[in-house]
Amino acid sequence: MSAVRRRETWAALGFLSPWLIGFAVFMAGPMIASLVLSFTDYDVLTSTDFVGGENYRQLLADPRVRTSIANTLIYTALHVPVTMIVALALASLLARVGRRSAGFFRTLFYLPTITPKVAVGVLFLLLFNGQVGVLNSALGVVGIDGPNWTVDSQWIKPGLVLIGAWSLGSTVIIYLAALQNVPRDLYEAAEMDGASAWARFRAVTVPMISGALFFTLIINTIASLQTFDEVYTAFYGSANQQTYGNDAALFYVVYLFQQAFQFLHMGYASALAWLLFLIIVIITVVQVRLSRRFVYYESE
Amino acid sequence: MFIRSIRFAVGSALVLTLVAGCGGVGGSDADTDGAAVNLTMMGFGTGDEIAKTRFDAANAAIAPSSATAAEGSFDAQAFLSAVASGSPPDLVYMERRLLGTYAVKKALTPLGDCVDREKIDMGQFREAAVAEATLNGQLYGLPDFYNNRVLMLNDAAFAEVSLDPSGFNTGDWQGLSTAAVRLTKTSGGKLQRIGFDPKMPEFLPLWARANGAALVSDDGKTAQLNDPKVIEVIEYTVGLVNEQGGWSNFKSFRDSWDFFGAKNQFASNQLGAFAMEDFYLNVLAANSPKTKVTVAPFRGVDGQPVDWITGNAWAIPANSPHAGQACKWIKTMTDSETWIAAARARAEVRQKENKPFLGVFTGNKKADEVIFRDIVKPDPAVQTVLQAQETGFSEPAMAAGEEFKAAWQNAVNRVLEGKQKPAQAMAEAQQQAQAALDKANSGS
Repeated sequence: MSAVRRRETWAALGFLSPWLIGFAVFMAGPMIASLVLSFTDYDVLTSTDFVGGENYRQLLADPRVRTSIANTLIYTALHVPVTMIVALALASLLARVGRRSAGFFRTLFYLPTITPKVAVGVLFLLLFNGQVGVLNSALGVVGIDGPNWTVDSQWIKPGLVLIGAWSLGSTVIIYLAALQNVPRDLYEAAEMDGASAWARFRAVTVPMISGALFFTLIINTIASLQTFDEVYTAFYGSANQQTYGNDAALFYVVYLFQQAFQFLHMGYASALAWLLFLIIVIITVVQVRLSRRFVYYESE
Repeated sequence: MFIRSIRFAVGSALVLTLVAGCGGVGGSDADTDGAAVNLTMMGFGTGDEIAKTRFDAANAAIAPSSATAAEGSFDAQAFLSAVASGSPPDLVYMERRLLGTYAVKKALTPLGDCVDREKIDMGQFREAAVAEATLNGQLYGLPDFYNNRVLMLNDAAFAEVSLDPSGFNTGDWQGLSTAAVRLTKTSGGKLQRIGFDPKMPEFLPLWARANGAALVSDDGKTAQLNDPKVIEVIEYTVGLVNEQGGWSNFKSFRDSWDFFGAKNQFASNQLGAFAMEDFYLNVLAANSPKTKVTVAPFRGVDGQPVDWITGNAWAIPANSPHAGQACKWIKTMTDSETWIAAARARAEVRQKENKPFLGVFTGNKKADEVIFRDIVKPDPAVQTVLQAQETGFSEPAMAAGEEFKAAWQNAVNRVLEGKQKPAQAMAEAQQQAQAALDKANSGS
């Protein structure tokens, strides 16, 4: 390594050091602790007993773990593509509007992102109520008798996916930035070759923004697998909702939270956390492997 | 040693990352005679005149020391984090049913010494409330409110279908079903009025008792969720819901009510009758005083009134920095004189607002005697609650109260959603609940 390169490396490490120290203290430490605790019977308050792999054996046999994993995976499989497609459509529209309007619409689309997730959960119950919700009222106008989104087991997850679209502003902004970086001459060349709008989108736009698409695929997948706030607020947050908690809304992190803080099974919850970590790693690795075929990086 | 270090690290991390907003939980001054200390607490806010009057009285009792209220209800996560990190609050206000879980894990101080030292008159408290706060013979909380469950009937709805409210009897299941269906109103396939809401799953303990069963043994150690009488009430009550449109429509419609507002389900004629906690009478009196509601006792199949009571309690965490002052504070907070002063304050406020005052139902029977003799002139509704509470029962304290409750609630929800039959659901719940109780009681 050259002296210049070495100096640059040290400088980079210097600038990164606040984050690295923070990671070591607040992330790596608790992560290692939770790994150790996952092999114990730890309830936060009394003595800790080493139980070997018992927590992991238990979670493999726990039907509610299977329910929560299935719910979370189904939600992720629905939520991520819907978010990406809708966000890309919105970003494409934004890329076409004039500069003045673009600022307004960018703000408009981004504002919901800063709405607290807890508020979004409450909003879900109000807007999606089968009897008086705005969504079913709107569907009624076009002659559709909407379902009970917040109660019917088969409609809860699609409802949550729709409410998830409430906060896709960040993805829109990322796509917009990517779309604006696509060289105009590529479109001009395609047009000269007689490519239709769809062909230009498929052959120029998508490959050129594939890096952004891949990035949002990864972060949206991870975020979906860790969905908690809005689901917990809507179905488990208040005493009333806890009473009527629907198993269709038993997401993995909600169950983990219940085990940790409601039932005081912190050791078991730690094992659940590590299983989730493993699931996320596997899914991410698969996505990264697949991306090699589809993602175009300008620097390559 | 390593495990202990890990526990400390996790406790600290929890405090830092999860409950950063509730700093100052631990006290800073020694709990010495005469020294002014600041008591910290969790789970209690001074949001109304009842709370404020009692809070001020308790503070006056420990002057020059004082306590600082913490807005918001009890947060298990914050409490656990505080205890685990060695910074427990001085006081904690939580549901009595939760006491057993924390007591068995030694997160709460038994109050025997406190009662002796401060000469607290335990005879002033209602027995059912004390029983709910007692685990393995040890008292872990001083009772606060006493929430009764009674029936509330919408006079307008009953008149509309020519039904007499006085004939509405939860002990006559056939008659109850008929009345519920008559009171139910639908339009275009959608519910316009629920005839009778049995409040399942949350009132299962009440229904079980009304059918001569209990969900758990008297010592709180043996689950009895698969008792045929428990299964029978689930079959019946879920059947009631199905007769009124099915769970999905039923709940969805109920979620649309303006429950705490002026357009509540009684004022809007969206409900015929339901079983409910007594506090709701005050909600109706404040928000829709012109709406006529008949209150009746919930009756068992033997025709006798049944009243399941619950409520909160004041407890002192283990290692409370100022346990002595905390004991004095909770003594005053739950004392009959303090409740009476609070009721007078509420009566004055209601009088100024020109609204009716229906009293407060406390865990302190001496206070109730005075409140409903000198401060409140009980109307028939209040009389019914007062009579019902004489037969009040509570569930015993349990070492795994939360898991026990989750087991039967999830089971009933599965039945309501049509995923399982009652017997199958309760067999599953029985297994889960007993395993949780056994584990908690074994101390592991």
